[in-house]
Amino acid sequence: MTSLTPRAEPVASRKALAAASRTGHASARIKKKATSPVASAIAVLLAVVWTIPTFGLLVSSFRPEAAIKTTGWWTFFSDPQLTLDNYQAALSTDTQSGLGSFFINSFVITIPAVIIPICLAALAAYAFAWIDFRGRDFLFVLVFSLQIVPLQVALLPLLTMYVKAGLAGTFWTLWLSHSAFALPLAIFILHNFMTEIPKSLIEAARVDGAGHVKIFYRIMLPLMTPALAAFGIFQFLWVWNDLLVALTFASDNTVQPMTVALANLSGTRGTAWELLSAGAFISIIVPVAVFISLQRYFVRGLLAGGLKG
Amino acid sequence: MSNIRSRRRLAAVSGGLGLALVLAACASSTPSDNSKAAGSAECAAYKVYGDLSGKSISVYTGIVTPEDKPYMDSYKPFETCTGAKVNYVGDKAFETQILVRAKAGNPPDIAIVPQPGLLQQLVATGAAKAAPQAVADNVDKFWGADWKAYGSAGGKFYAAPSGASVKSMVWYSPKEFKDKGYAIPTTLAELKTLSDTIAATGKKPWCAGIGSGEATGWPVTDWMEDFMLRLSGPDVYDQWVTHKIAFNSAAPTAALDAVGAFLKNDKYVNGGLGDVKSIASTTFQDGGLPILQGTCSLHRQASFYASNFPKGTKVAEDGDVFAFYLPGVQAADHPVLGGGEFNLAFADRPEVQAFQTYLSTDTWANNKAKISSDVTGGGWITANKGLDVANLVNPIDKLSASILQDPKTVFRFDGSDMMPAAVGSNAFWKQATAWIIGQSTKDTVDKIEAAWPKS
Repeated sequence: MTSLTPRAEPVASRKALAAASRTGHASARIKKKATSPVASAIAVLLAVVWTIPTFGLLVSSFRPEAAIKTTGWWTFFSDPQLTLDNYQAALSTDTQSGLGSFFINSFVITIPAVIIPICLAALAAYAFAWIDFRGRDFLFVLVFSLQIVPLQVALLPLLTMYVKAGLAGTFWTLWLSHSAFALPLAIFILHNFMTEIPKSLIEAARVDGAGHVKIFYRIMLPLMTPALAAFGIFQFLWVWNDLLVALTFASDNTVQPMTVALANLSGTRGTAWELLSAGAFISIIVPVAVFISLQRYFVRGLLAGGLKG
Repeated sequence: MSNIRSRRRLAAVSGGLGLALVLAACASSTPSDNSKAAGSAECAAYKVYGDLSGKSISVYTGIVTPEDKPYMDSYKPFETCTGAKVNYVGDKAFETQILVRAKAGNPPDIAIVPQPGLLQQLVATGAAKAAPQAVADNVDKFWGADWKAYGSAGGKFYAAPSGASVKSMVWYSPKEFKDKGYAIPTTLAELKTLSDTIAATGKKPWCAGIGSGEATGWPVTDWMEDFMLRLSGPDVYDQWVTHKIAFNSAAPTAALDAVGAFLKNDKYVNGGLGDVKSIASTTFQDGGLPILQGTCSLHRQASFYASNFPKGTKVAEDGDVFAFYLPGVQAADHPVLGGGEFNLAFADRPEVQAFQTYLSTDTWANNKAKISSDVTGGGWITANKGLDVANLVNPIDKLSASILQDPKTVFRFDGSDMMPAAVGSNAFWKQATAWIIGQSTKDTVDKIEAAWPKS
């Protein structure tokens, strides 16, 4: 809490503590219920059943082509054959669909497409939550109701606009589209999160002479880290796995993400489908890494309602 | 809190990294300066296109790995000699995306369109550009009027043909024919006699499979188109496809009945697979495989079926399996049912027109055939009469190309690809499947006629 102004600190931390103890109480109760042996056994069972297909995919990705095409992955245990050929073929740049360069494209698309909506949504959510202006509630409902519009209907008009603006075939089309599609939900989630923060905290900061900018940066942002991380993960996974938006807007293979390459990997007539398991694992690596590294924020963001910055 | 600050620094770094990557991507996309030092002898044929240094042309297609590499390689002589850069983008979602892009005003320079029906739709968006005179001249010279018509819309010529495939093929076992002394039939009557001869030995001569997921039934549509073309001639075939005659009129009914004489004949089918109904439950990929086991002698399927036989099968005139041309009513008749792609342009910049012209020449056809032979072991042919059959390595490719180039050949495009989607990729397939499992010919053609959209 060193970054808070000294005078606001006592009030802020006391309130935060009180809130934290309340949520701490709730999570303790959940913890108690969830640690019964039966629940644990069920959870472990579910986890195993859930993981089997993915595990089969992993085993498949290391098996030679002939084995994949003739037998199931479980025969691996009676007849272990391992090869890295599938990964080599999936990553090779010999043909158009080598995943290597598309891997970088995916990063270039995803990082700004996560940062842009988070920045905008955090500011907008603050305004909706803590700045009083006329028509605020109406505007908020309007923004959230945009969530109802399926993004598919926006694709063609958007593409037409990009072409007119001269953006077609650049990364901007993807960054802007993903940001636009993410904003309604992002604003809604962050707004709900911000209204949970005790009003007295803001008032205390006000009394101490902090303006909106200072409150946002010094109080809101630190408290909101779990929510930002939770939404960041959501958005990251969504953009990373997106195929439809990329197919529509990324018309040039210098900007296409990995999902597009993955869709083409099996060949014109789908004859090279043995590469798909390897391709899937190359594409999974990054989301899994992101999820695992940010997992604690994710869980906290969902469970605690967030007052543990 | 230091934690937060360091994370913020991390965000800044990653943002910067993203920017750097964008810049790098931009830098690499500038056309590389092709050295113009390429041998002048090799480039003599490309002089007509002039100097196109620094220009780039985008190609969009549904052809992806591994068939995409021969395409890109076949563009290289053009790129080295003219200095232009060709950017090839393959996408399996081509057939839907090309319409989206054409409508939104973001089309590629050249699209490789696999169906005349789609070509008509694309021209209707108003984004396509008519082909320059040089391309039209090449098509007159290297293809026939029939192919030119498929690349035209509304009386204007748009797109030169590219690759092609031949569907009028009957697969057989050369060894069996040799051992039993069967001759390759040259008329439909001879084909019938041959079938009877084989059936008399107690073996069911034909095998077939029409299962293909949502598209189950399409192999029957090919059968019917082939017989329509043979029994009623190309003019009536065209009228049938464009619905100038009703689907349940006399000619189509007769054609379907003629197919029934083979496919719904208990004595003829389904060799190695079961009875007539087993045709509907067998996938088209498996339909011809009994030939290899010797339980079936004849299977009608397009030239691309060659890749369906397991690795190690010798597909050749003296091999395990090969195909002959599905004959006409008379030996002199030479109707061929097939498919193909067309190079449709959406821009008329000089470099695009030059490239379009290159793709319509015999030079490109031979470059492509040679490269396909080297890279993918063949599997690509064109109806371009300038194609030197010696450039093909694969016997089935050679046969297909010689069928297409035969001066007597009357080529017709797969009719169901040109009918409205409600028929060509819906009612026709479904009713054909129902017909196989017992529906009468009359009911079948009546129901397809009823599905034809009223316009």
